[in-house]
Amino acid sequence: MNGDQMMRQYASGLPAPTFPDLAWVTPKPLAESKVAIVTSAALYATGDEAFGAGDTSFRLIDRHRRDLVLGHWSPNFDHTGIALDLNVAYPIDRLEELAARGVIGSVAERHVSFAGNQPDDVATIRLDSGPAAAAVLRADGVDVALLTPV
Amino acid sequence: MSVLAHVLEAAGIATVVLSSIRPMAEKVAPPRALHCEFPLGRPLGKPNDAEFQSDVLARAFALLDAPSGPVLVDHPEVVESDESPAACALPPRYDPSLPACVDEANGLRKAFDRTLAGRGVTSVGRVVSADEVPAALAALDAIATGTPWTEAGLPGGNPVALCHDISAYYEEAALALVDGPAPVGRAVQDWFYDRTQAGATILAARAAMRDAGVKFPIWFYMTPGHR
Repeated sequence: MNGDQMMRQYASGLPAPTFPDLAWVTPKPLAESKVAIVTSAALYATGDEAFGAGDTSFRLIDRHRRDLVLGHWSPNFDHTGIALDLNVAYPIDRLEELAARGVIGSVAERHVSFAGNQPDDVATIRLDSGPAAAAVLRADGVDVALLTPV
Repeated sequence: MSVLAHVLEAAGIATVVLSSIRPMAEKVAPPRALHCEFPLGRPLGKPNDAEFQSDVLARAFALLDAPSGPVLVDHPEVVESDESPAACALPPRYDPSLPACVDEANGLRKAFDRTLAGRGVTSVGRVVSADEVPAALAALDAIATGTPWTEAGLPGGNPVALCHDISAYYEEAALALVDGPAPVGRAVQDWFYDRTQAGATILAARAAMRDAGVKFPIWFYMTPGHR
C-alpha cells in the first residue's frame, strides 16, 4: 500500500459524527449566487497568523491575495501540488473565470481556511469556529460554499 | 470538511464538498459531495490544468440542481498518486568536513531560492528560516548518531515543526530541479525520504528518538505516518 492508500484507510476508520436531521438549503440559481471557497488546507495570507498544531480556528483570505502560505501540520499528503498551483486546493482563479463568464453570480470578497487535522471529536469546528465562519460568510452575502479538503 | 458542510448548510449557505475520503463522505453524509479519487493534497486533481479543474467545478456545482439530498457522486476520472521518487538532481559532495546532509542542504540553496523567486512565498519558516536549515540538519545528524534529542541544540525546540521546515526547503528546491513533467502525488516527498541525505537523516534521528523512549507525538509526526 502506498502513502495515500494508507492514509485513506486510516482516515476511513476515524470517528465520524452523524447528522440525522439533514440541513438543506434550496439554492438560488448559480448564475445569481455569490460563491466562497472554504478549504481545510491551512492556507493563510503572508503576514497573517500561522496555524498552530491542532489549531481549530480559521483564517480569512481576501479574494485578491495569492501570496498564500501552506501552514498545514500534517505530513501525510503531497505538499508540492499547492506549491505548483494554488488552484489545485484553492481554485480562486477558476472562480474568477466562472464569474467573468456569468456561470456564477460573483466571487466572495473573503474566503475561509481551516486546518484539516482537527481533533477527533471535531467539537470546536462543529459548535464554535464552524458557526463563526458561517456567520462571516452570511454577513458577506455568500450563497454557495465550495469545500475543498486537504 | 463534510462536518463543516452540515454546519454551513444549517446556517443557510448551500454547500458542495469535494470529498477525498469516500467512506468518510458516506458516513458523515454532507448535503452534496463530489467524490474525487485524486492524490491527497490536490482536491482539484491536477495543478496547472485549468481545463481539468474547471471540469471538476462544473461537476461539483451541478449537484446544486439536486432536489434533495444527501447527494454523493463520483468524479469519473481517478488520478493515481505517483509514489516513485521523482527524478531530481542532487548536488555533488562539496565539503567533506561537513555531515553529508549539511553539505547537501547547502548545495540546494540556489534551487530553493529560484523557486522562492518564482512563487514569492515559502512554507519554510515555522521555526527556522532557510538560512538555518543546514544547522538544523547538523543537530538531527547528531541525534541520529547518539546524542539525546534534548541535548542536540535543535533550533526551534519542536522537532515536528523543524522537520516540516526541512522537508519544505527540500521540496521547494526540488521543484526547480525536477526533470520532466511536474510530479504527481507524493513523487517529490518520496524523493526526499528515499533519495536525499536529509530525508535519511530525519528517518534515522526519528528512529533513534523512538528507541530512546521519547514520547510518541514528538517523534512520530516528524515524517509521514507510513514511514
